[in-house]
Amino acid sequence: MSETSAQPVQVHAPPQGFLWKYVFSLDHKVIGKQYYALALVAVFTGMFLSWLMRIHLVWPVAKIPGLELMSKAGAPGGVMTPEYYLSLLTMHGTLMVFFVLTNAPFAAFGNYFLPIQIGAEDMAFPRFNMMSFWLTFLAWVVLMLAFVIPDGPPIAGWTEYTPLSAIGKDAGPGMQWGASLWGISIAIFCAASLLGALNFIATTLDLRAKGMTLMRMPLCTWAWFITSCIALLAFAVLLPACILLILDRHAGTSFYIPAGLVASDRLQPHSGGSPLLWQHLFWFFGHPEVYIAILPSMGIVSHILVNSMRKPLLSAKVVIYSMMSIGFLSYMVWGHHMFLSGMNPMSALAFSFPTLTITIPATILTLMWLGSLYGANIQVNAASLFALGFISMFVSGGVSGFFLAQPSIDIYLHATYFVVGHFHMVMGVASLFGVFAGTYFWFPKMTGRYMNEGLGKLHFWITFIGTYCIFMPFHYLGLIGNIRRYQSFVDDFMAPYIPLHRFITIAALVTGAAQFLFLYNLIHSRFWGKPAPENPWNATSLEWTIPSPPPWNNFGDKHPVVYHDPYQYGVKGSGGDFVMQDSPEPISGGD
Amino acid sequence: MASTTAPTVVPQSGAERASRSGIWVGIFAITMSFMAFSSALFVRQGSLDWGHLVLPSILYLNTLLLLASSGTFELSRRHLEFHTAGRVGSSGAGVAWLLATLALGIAFCAGQYAAWQNLRAQGIYLATNPNSSFFYVLTFIHVLHVTAGIVAFVYLLGRLTMGSRLARRSFFDNTAIYWHFMGVLWLYLLLLCRIKL
Repeated sequence: MSETSAQPVQVHAPPQGFLWKYVFSLDHKVIGKQYYALALVAVFTGMFLSWLMRIHLVWPVAKIPGLELMSKAGAPGGVMTPEYYLSLLTMHGTLMVFFVLTNAPFAAFGNYFLPIQIGAEDMAFPRFNMMSFWLTFLAWVVLMLAFVIPDGPPIAGWTEYTPLSAIGKDAGPGMQWGASLWGISIAIFCAASLLGALNFIATTLDLRAKGMTLMRMPLCTWAWFITSCIALLAFAVLLPACILLILDRHAGTSFYIPAGLVASDRLQPHSGGSPLLWQHLFWFFGHPEVYIAILPSMGIVSHILVNSMRKPLLSAKVVIYSMMSIGFLSYMVWGHHMFLSGMNPMSALAFSFPTLTITIPATILTLMWLGSLYGANIQVNAASLFALGFISMFVSGGVSGFFLAQPSIDIYLHATYFVVGHFHMVMGVASLFGVFAGTYFWFPKMTGRYMNEGLGKLHFWITFIGTYCIFMPFHYLGLIGNIRRYQSFVDDFMAPYIPLHRFITIAALVTGAAQFLFLYNLIHSRFWGKPAPENPWNATSLEWTIPSPPPWNNFGDKHPVVYHDPYQYGVKGSGGDFVMQDSPEPISGGD
Repeated sequence: MASTTAPTVVPQSGAERASRSGIWVGIFAITMSFMAFSSALFVRQGSLDWGHLVLPSILYLNTLLLLASSGTFELSRRHLEFHTAGRVGSSGAGVAWLLATLALGIAFCAGQYAAWQNLRAQGIYLATNPNSSFFYVLTFIHVLHVTAGIVAFVYLLGRLTMGSRLARRSFFDNTAIYWHFMGVLWLYLLLLCRIKL
C-alpha cells in the first residue's frame, strides 16, 4: 500500500432527492449524523431506564406513573417486579454499550471526520458504509422489539451469561423470545460493526491525501483507526458466539448448556456444553469493547486539548504508541472478568499480569495530557471543559481498575457496586465526556453554527459534579459488600445505606435532567445558533479548511495537499499562532 | 491457449488500493470468526459426549471441485485483456473458464448439500451430537461465504458479456484472492472436522 494518494477519487455521485440525500445516503457525513442520532435516542432511552431502576431501588414499593403501560406483567399497578428490574438492567447495559458507547465516539464522529481529516472525499466503500448504519438501525429495532412483545426484555444482563440465557422460558420472564431478540440484535450489530471497521481501515490506509503520512494524521484519526482494528477482531468473535447461542436456544444444540441442568424444576434436554465457553468468547469481545468505547474519546480529547492549549502535546507519537499498546494488550486480558468463574487459578494470575500492564500505557497517556497541560494557557469553553472532565473521569475510574485487576482483591469486590462504579466512570462517562467535547468542538463544522457556550458550561458542571456524586459512592458501597443487580435493599444489612442510595438516585435524576439542557442546546443551536466561521477555533486539521457544513464531496474540486502534522500551535504562522496542515509555509522545527 | 495481452502499467487509484486492503481485512475478519468457532470446537471436544463423526465421502469430491475452481479462475485470469483505467475485458476462452469456475462453485455447494442429506439419512442432525453440530455450523457458514464468491462470479460474467464487456481489474483480482481463500479455509475446516485433537 502506498503512503499517500496523489489523486483522491470521486467515489460516488452527488446525492439526488430526499431519500438518497438523507435516508439511504452514501455520504459519510450523513451516515455519521445518522449514527449520532441513533446514539442520542439510545442514550436517552438508556438513561430513562436507569432512572426507573434508581427510583425503584430506593423506593421499591412506590408506584411509578406510566410504568404499567411499559409492561403490565413487569409492573403490575405501576410497581416494578424484581424480574422487570433485571429486564431494564439488561436493556440499559445493552443500549449503552452497543448503541451509545460504540456508535457515538467511534461510528458517528469517525464516519463524519475520518475521511475529511485524511483528505478523502468519502469512505472507501460508501455502500458498505450505508449498509453498516442500516444494519445497526435494524439491530436497534430488533432489540427494542423486546419491550413490546408479551415475553418482555431478557433478564440475563448485558453479558447474557449462559447457561440460563441459552435455555429459553425456563430461565424466567423475557428469556423465551426477549433473549432471542437480544441474540439476533447483537449478531446483526456485529455484522454491521465489521463492515464499519473494514471501511475505516481501508479508508485510512489507502485514501489519504498527498502528504498525509501516517504520522501526520490527527490523533483522533489514529484513535478511530486503532479502534477499527480492535473492533474487527472483537466483533468477529462475538458474532460466532451469538450464532452458537441462538442455535442452543432454538435448534437444540448444546454448545453452552451442560448436562443435568435443572431450571424451573425441569431437567433441560441438553448435554455436555460449556457455560464457560460463552464467557471466554464474550469477554474476548467484551474487554476490547471497553477500548472500542474509550479510545476514540482519548483521540478526540487529545485533539481538542491541543487546540485549546495552543501548544502541542509533549509527544503525539507517544500518545499514538500508547493507544496502540492499549489496543494490543486489550486482547490479552479478557480472563480478568472471569476470576470467579471457575477458571484454573493459574489462569487468573496469567490474566492479572497483562491487566496490570495496561496501566502503563494508560498512565503514560495521562501523563502526556497532564504534562502538556502544565503551564498551558488553556482556552476555557464547553469543549475543553469536557475534555478536561474526560481526564478526570478516566483517572478516577481507572484507579479502581488497579484493585480489580488483582484476583485476591477481585474475589471480594466482584459483582459489587465497586465494579459498577469503576466501569461507569472509566468506560461509560469518560467516553461520553469525549462525545460531549467532540460535539461542542465540531458542531460549528457540522452545522455552520455555534452551540450556546453558557448552556454548554452549565451542562458540563452539573454533569461533572453529578457524575462524581453518583459513581464515587458506588465504590464505597461496593467496599461494604453491596451486591450489584439486586432490585432492593430493604430489611437486610444494607438498610443503613439506603440514605446513600437515595442521594445517588437524586444525583442521577439531576444529572440526567441536565442532559436535556444539552439536547435543547443541540436542537436550538442547529437552527438558531450564532453563525460560525469556517475555522472558529483557529484549528489546523483539514476539516477546518472547508466550508461549514462541508459540501457533499468535502473538498469540492480541490485535492488537499498536506505539509505539516496537525499540531502546529504556538508557532508564528501567517494566520496567527498556528499553521494549518495544508499551508505550504515553512515552520522551523516542524514536521 | 489464447494469447494474452501484456498489462498496461496503470497506477492504482486510491479506491483500487482500498478495495485490495478491504479484501484482505475482510479475509482477516473471516479468519478470526472461524478461529472463534475453532476454539469453541476445541473446548467442546473435551466433553464426554463428543461423538466421532464419519464424514460423508462426497466431501472429498467437493474438495477437489473447489480446488479445481481456483485453477479455472486462474485460467480465466490468464485470458484477461488489459485496458486503460484499470479495466479488463476477456476473450471467449476467459469467459468460458469463468463459467466453468461458476459451475464448479455451484457444484461445490450442491455437493455440500448432498453431504448434509447423507448425514440426515443416517439420522445425524444438527443437534444429534456436538461433533455434528459443529459440522453443520462450520460447513453451512462456509457455504454462505462461498455463495458470496459465486455472486461475484455472476457479476463478473455479466460485466464481461454485456454492455461495454469490461470489468474492473481490481474486482477480478480481489475475487481471486477471496476465492482462493475459500479453498484454503475449506481445507482447514475439513481437517478440523476430520481429526480429533
